[in-house]
Amino acid sequence: MKAWPSIGQMRWGWFLASAVVLLLLPVVTDTHTPTILLIWALFALSLGLMWGYAGLLSFGHSAYFGLGAYTYAIAVINIGESTAPVLLAIVIPAVVAAVIGAMMFYGRISDVYMGVITLVVTLILFKFMSATAGDQYAIGAARLGGFNGIPGFAVINIPGMPEVSLFGLPMYYIAVVSLLGCYLVSRWILARSFGRVLVGIRENEARCELLGYSVPAYKTAIFTISAAMAGLAGCLFANWAEIVTPGVFSLRSAAEVIIWTIVGGVGTLIGPVLGAMALGMVKLLLGEQTVIDNSLLLGLLLVIVVLAIPRGVVPALQGWWRGRTRFRAQRAGHRRGRPRASAPRGGSSGTSESKTSRPETTGSAHRVPQAGRS
Amino acid sequence: MDYTAVVLLQILYMIAFLALISAGLAVVFGMMRVINLAHGEFVMLGGYTTLACQRVGIDIWFAMLVIAPLVVGVVGLIVERLVIRFLYGRMIDTMLATWGLSLLLIGMVTFIFGSSAVNVPTPLPGYQLGEYQMGGYNLFIIGVTAVLYVAMWLVLRYTRWGLIARGAMQNPEIASALGYNPRTVYMVTFSIGAALSGLAGGVLAPLTGLLPASGGAYIAQAFIAVITGGAGAVIAGTLSSSVLFGVVSQIVSFAYTPVIGEIAMLALAIILLRLMPQGISGRFFRNSQ
Repeated sequence: MKAWPSIGQMRWGWFLASAVVLLLLPVVTDTHTPTILLIWALFALSLGLMWGYAGLLSFGHSAYFGLGAYTYAIAVINIGESTAPVLLAIVIPAVVAAVIGAMMFYGRISDVYMGVITLVVTLILFKFMSATAGDQYAIGAARLGGFNGIPGFAVINIPGMPEVSLFGLPMYYIAVVSLLGCYLVSRWILARSFGRVLVGIRENEARCELLGYSVPAYKTAIFTISAAMAGLAGCLFANWAEIVTPGVFSLRSAAEVIIWTIVGGVGTLIGPVLGAMALGMVKLLLGEQTVIDNSLLLGLLLVIVVLAIPRGVVPALQGWWRGRTRFRAQRAGHRRGRPRASAPRGGSSGTSESKTSRPETTGSAHRVPQAGRS
Repeated sequence: MDYTAVVLLQILYMIAFLALISAGLAVVFGMMRVINLAHGEFVMLGGYTTLACQRVGIDIWFAMLVIAPLVVGVVGLIVERLVIRFLYGRMIDTMLATWGLSLLLIGMVTFIFGSSAVNVPTPLPGYQLGEYQMGGYNLFIIGVTAVLYVAMWLVLRYTRWGLIARGAMQNPEIASALGYNPRTVYMVTFSIGAALSGLAGGVLAPLTGLLPASGGAYIAQAFIAVITGGAGAVIAGTLSSSVLFGVVSQIVSFAYTPVIGEIAMLALAIILLRLMPQGISGRFFRNSQ
């Protein structure tokens, strides 16, 4: 059965199908909007990896997105060629996150304090960047520009060839490759023992500690990885928008990525991606009209999701689907007189993916003995 | 000499400002361990209520001191019934839901009042301190804050309701065994916390001006003042952290710029949170969510 090498819960069929769709999309539509949706999806993926699997919620993840954007803009103005700036835009948010993460996690602060500190870091960056108008605030040749931000920097070029800049269609493909690549990296991380320990920490921190794992080290590591991905997303955003403003650090941008992630589904990787794409699209459409304020709907959505489906849409749908297939498999098995042995496809319990949708696993656990009895 | 007086007054005003905007959040957080991220929007609503009253010709003192707290108190009551009561004990979910609420309120106010900045006239004239022109209204803010905190202390310390509230805060099980439904206490507490935010918003409106998004300016400061103060002691904790942050931010502001002052305050908050992870309130947060 194993035609494809498996990475954890990797569904290669779905992955390749989406890859093909994404690669062929420019044939039917303009790439400007899909590009930003992919960038937002990457940003949400970075938060979803950390929040869904390690249980760490950063209230100010836009800090690393914004740092990536600013780093790219400042570096490309000073360097000219885009290869080093792109790498810097990944490395600098990662380093900042490593420092802040180590400070928080080795201090063994609780999740609420983590929320406060990550939020305050974002606020500091927002206030600082908004106040940098004037010539005295410049890094090399790049003026920070205060509230107006940094406009007019060079976009990504082919490595080694500064004169061939990539925008429009090539930019879209860069976003596609980045998102698919980060998705694969995330899957790979989760399939390693490193990822298993992260899920273990989420489920029971004390037990992991007692088994000998250094919980702060694991948390700092995943925080750093997540910030690096957010930084890459920010770098792509800077290239897409061709301007960076302090708005990337704003509370609103921090709230948006959390909303995308939680609506899509915490504890899955595809959930945040789909959530960001769908809600990003809604945001763009709402931006075109003035009747309904965007934040009104966004806020209402967040309240409703937290109250009604706190684990998000994708896990809820997955739970429903698995429950259905398992029920069918059990009925079929029961007819053949083999109650338990007939759920190889729907039965993926015990893996990280199904563990996260708790209502679903408990539901099916109830169903199995029922079927056995009858 | 005059300059020193001006600096001291500014520091005092900053302390009062922090204590005033934190009062509502502190009551809710201290009593219920609920972190209300829509707190800034409650303050903003108080300001807009004052503005609306002043536009229809109601006396501005009455509007800011009575109507604003009442209106926002009712809003708080509705919010508690519709959202917060389903989320007790789920700290992170509460933060997320109230964040959504904050966006919702910003959207609603933008819808009603428009997104441009508006001003409420200052009802007190300025005065001369040596060669400096000072705003008389700042003194009023300091006075209101002092009265408010003394009143809060008296209510909590000497009234029957204060006793019930402190009891429910220390041990909800015992309080409910004695016949006081903690849910009712929580509901009333949340509403009072909202009313205090409304009062702060109403009183501060003439000084700060109004924007639908201006709640964001308060939430960070109120948040860190309350969290650093700790949940154990509502009044003492919030006052002490207000003093600390007020002094630091104003001194840094005078030395450099107001923005650097604010950044210094936020950075100090991070350091304090790091140094006291198990502090007064750290205990209560273990294994929350």
